[in-house]
Amino acid sequence: MAEQAKVTKLDKVVIRFSGDSGDGMQLTGTIFSNLSALLGNEISTFPDYQAEVRAPQGTLSGVSGFQVHLGSRNVLTPGDKADVLVAMNPAALKVNVKHLKPDSIVVIDTDSFRKSDLEKALYTTDDPFAELGLGGVQVIAAPISSMVKDGLAEFGLDNKSALRCKNMFALGLVCWLFERPLDYAMHMLQNKFAKKPAIAQANIKALTDGYNYGHNTHASASTYRVEGKKVTPGFYTDINGNKAAAYGLIAAAEKAGLQLFLGSYPITPATDILQELAARKELGVKAVQAEDEIAGICTAIGASFAGCLAATSTSGPGLALKSEAIGLAVIAELPLVVIDVQRGGPSTGMPTKSEQTDLMQALYGRNGESPAVVIAAATPTDCFDAAFWAGKLAVEHMTPVILLTDAFLANGSSAWRIPDLDEYPAIEPNYVENYHADAPWKAYRRDKESQVRYWAVPGTEGFTHRVGGLEKDYDTSAISTDPVNHQKMTQTRQAKIDKIAAHIPELEVIGDADADLLIVGWGGTYGHLYETMETMREQGRKVALAHFRFINPLPENTANVLLKYKNVVVAEQNNGQFANYLRGKVPGFNPYRFNRIKGQPFIVSRLVEEFTKLMEA
Amino acid sequence: MTTDLKYTPKDFKSDQYVRWCPGCGDHAVLNCLHKAMAELGVAPSQTAVISGIGCSSRLPYYMNTYGFHTIHGRGAAIATGVKTARPDLTVWLVTGDGDCLAIGGNHFIHAVRRNVDLNIVLFNNKIYGLTKGQYSPTSDRGFVSKSSPYGTVEDPFIPAELALGARGTFFARGIDVDLKNTTDILLASAKHKGASVVEVLVNCVIFNDGIHKKITDKEYRADRTIFLRHGEKMLFGKDNEKGLVLDGLKLKAVTIGQDGYTLDDVLVHDAHTPENTMHLMLAMMGGDLPVALGVIRDVPAPVYDEEVEKQIAEVQAKKPARKLRDFLMSGEVWEVKE
Repeated sequence: MAEQAKVTKLDKVVIRFSGDSGDGMQLTGTIFSNLSALLGNEISTFPDYQAEVRAPQGTLSGVSGFQVHLGSRNVLTPGDKADVLVAMNPAALKVNVKHLKPDSIVVIDTDSFRKSDLEKALYTTDDPFAELGLGGVQVIAAPISSMVKDGLAEFGLDNKSALRCKNMFALGLVCWLFERPLDYAMHMLQNKFAKKPAIAQANIKALTDGYNYGHNTHASASTYRVEGKKVTPGFYTDINGNKAAAYGLIAAAEKAGLQLFLGSYPITPATDILQELAARKELGVKAVQAEDEIAGICTAIGASFAGCLAATSTSGPGLALKSEAIGLAVIAELPLVVIDVQRGGPSTGMPTKSEQTDLMQALYGRNGESPAVVIAAATPTDCFDAAFWAGKLAVEHMTPVILLTDAFLANGSSAWRIPDLDEYPAIEPNYVENYHADAPWKAYRRDKESQVRYWAVPGTEGFTHRVGGLEKDYDTSAISTDPVNHQKMTQTRQAKIDKIAAHIPELEVIGDADADLLIVGWGGTYGHLYETMETMREQGRKVALAHFRFINPLPENTANVLLKYKNVVVAEQNNGQFANYLRGKVPGFNPYRFNRIKGQPFIVSRLVEEFTKLMEA
Repeated sequence: MTTDLKYTPKDFKSDQYVRWCPGCGDHAVLNCLHKAMAELGVAPSQTAVISGIGCSSRLPYYMNTYGFHTIHGRGAAIATGVKTARPDLTVWLVTGDGDCLAIGGNHFIHAVRRNVDLNIVLFNNKIYGLTKGQYSPTSDRGFVSKSSPYGTVEDPFIPAELALGARGTFFARGIDVDLKNTTDILLASAKHKGASVVEVLVNCVIFNDGIHKKITDKEYRADRTIFLRHGEKMLFGKDNEKGLVLDGLKLKAVTIGQDGYTLDDVLVHDAHTPENTMHLMLAMMGGDLPVALGVIRDVPAPVYDEEVEKQIAEVQAKKPARKLRDFLMSGEVWEVKE
């Protein structure tokens, strides 16, 4: 029996699981992050996978990774660089060099570091660590493959099936390293392989063997402890941004008492939303996989006309194809939620990578003056609230709402308290039954205050009417090409959107009230910007953060906030689209800009460095 | 028309002035549609008429029903959404040869393939009228128009071939000048469960006048068209003196009593046979053979919008969660206590 290893306490730790895309790294990472959340850690995760369905084994292009950031508090991003890397082969080690801290721990499977493996990953020497300049890392070199094969000998599995369990051996080893009990992982494996008990048992054996290997051989000089903290009581689950967005739509439909309808077409990285809603038949969701992006939105518009809470999900190229149809929803004044999970562009660009480059497309990418509501989710779990808001604004204001998320939010996950919908605001569509004026009702008659037209759902006796893409007369609702009327209708449609500002939360400023620097961001960069602000404040600087979730219309206090600070930097993953937009909306606003378009999340340490330089300039 | 009808054609007419050119074939089809809807007996408030863009797509404004005039080519997708969301509504899709077969071709074939319960009325005048006279995907090879000043160098779509190729379950063809039969065909299309395609050959009096004249003109109509009725002999001609027979694997028009052909040799129309080969042969007739009118194909098959609801009911029979929270609680959750 080995003696008790030394225990090191950490506030935060970043662990990266990496291997061939068939090595099961995503599952390994998910189980580890879930069991950490269960122990009271805050978690944030990010899968980093390739566009290729399955590249050749052992090659650099076949590497798939999963990063978990866990800590006692304020874990909002998956972390910049890894403290621990599990590299199942030399390719995984090579690909992840740039994600490693100089003194990190690297776990490798020595059985897959043979000469032929090194060649496949294009090493030129037989010492990968020296070749990569990784002199300072602590290597835990374990013959994982052979130990898994030996450990599972009694299970009678073929070689391939046995080796599939090696990710669980690695997980067991990491669990030992971080003092994580195995019971929850075992429970998850039993659930996952409920229909294949033999496979479940084999995985559990490999997991236990990995743990015991670490324990018995003192694989590392120290184990690590990341304390959990008290979290709000309730039931929690692990959720990624795409699922959260799907559930947010379901919640909005439930709250509004409407049928939820999704028309969509598969596109990376938004497909999960379609898949999730297609699976939710017990909740009555109707999901149509259409013949193309255009049909995706058009079936949704048809369903909206028919009286549903209707949505379509897509990514940038799909949003481009949907432009004309969004214009139809604008002029027909029909409720519609369009979720754009942004990815690297232009064109096909980098489908699995993350950017914020569709902002202008969402705001203006249509013919004619066609204002639509644009909102953006801040974190994976905020995708739920943002989708709920999108549904609420769409049906209450009879307008398309474009919800911007991104690949980073879509695939990133964190622990999420299952919400009680009683805590959410009511959703009350402006049905035609609310019309009480003396003049006979017409399709484009509208509420005087909000400028919202009344929703007459087909099937309602006495309210047959025609809507469409042609301009209509303000009073009679018949087709009109009258110039004065067109100006009036154009202004009315704009006013209807502008007035929504009174129905959304004000812009919140967090951090120092007397900040010397205000960081401004929007959408999926919230976690990184927040951590940047906190880090700078810990370094003694006065910094605040104003993060936008509502983009069109902007919150009513936007100008007040932006003009209050001497130094403002707008940080975004594009060439300055939001900064330009704000300059157009807030006269006199002249911010610094921080722009990165690399397809990767911001790096907090870089932001701290750049913003500090900016403050010292 | 019987007197016990709940509705009259007037109940389906809106107060809008009809803006098609005087003499346009669309006027006639509009009247037929008003009549067919009255005969069908579905309330105007339970009826939705969807259209794309083009001359014929203006039609929803002339209906006192729920109506949606949408964007070019997308009517089939939008109508699919309406019907899938609300199978209780009777949904008509009004479209033209350009709208349906060029810009909207993909949506059309997929609506037909899915067998969404839509009544699709395809106005075929073989020309782009609203943009003032360009050739369309149904214009014949060599057709001279403003955008084909030297004649087209491409072959047209035959709508029936496309509809049947997309595994259509209902196809009928009518002509604008035959109000009685066109009304009957529209009514039959509404009664069919699934996607029904009615091609109506219409005249564009301004840009393509007389395009269907050689078959629709009273003078030749009896000899150059055949009106097919399920279960009846395929007879045509002024006095039904001609018929269609099978000659090897081909159809042949014969005169009864000539060349040894008797009435017994004449084929009987079976619109309900699932096998679509004969339907396609009939629909493709022209030249030496009369152009087929009437309901050419009408077969039952699973209907998309019904199947969607059936599947939801089946899943709900097995899974108890109806509220989001109940569903989420049934998954992988952990509790954090006070």
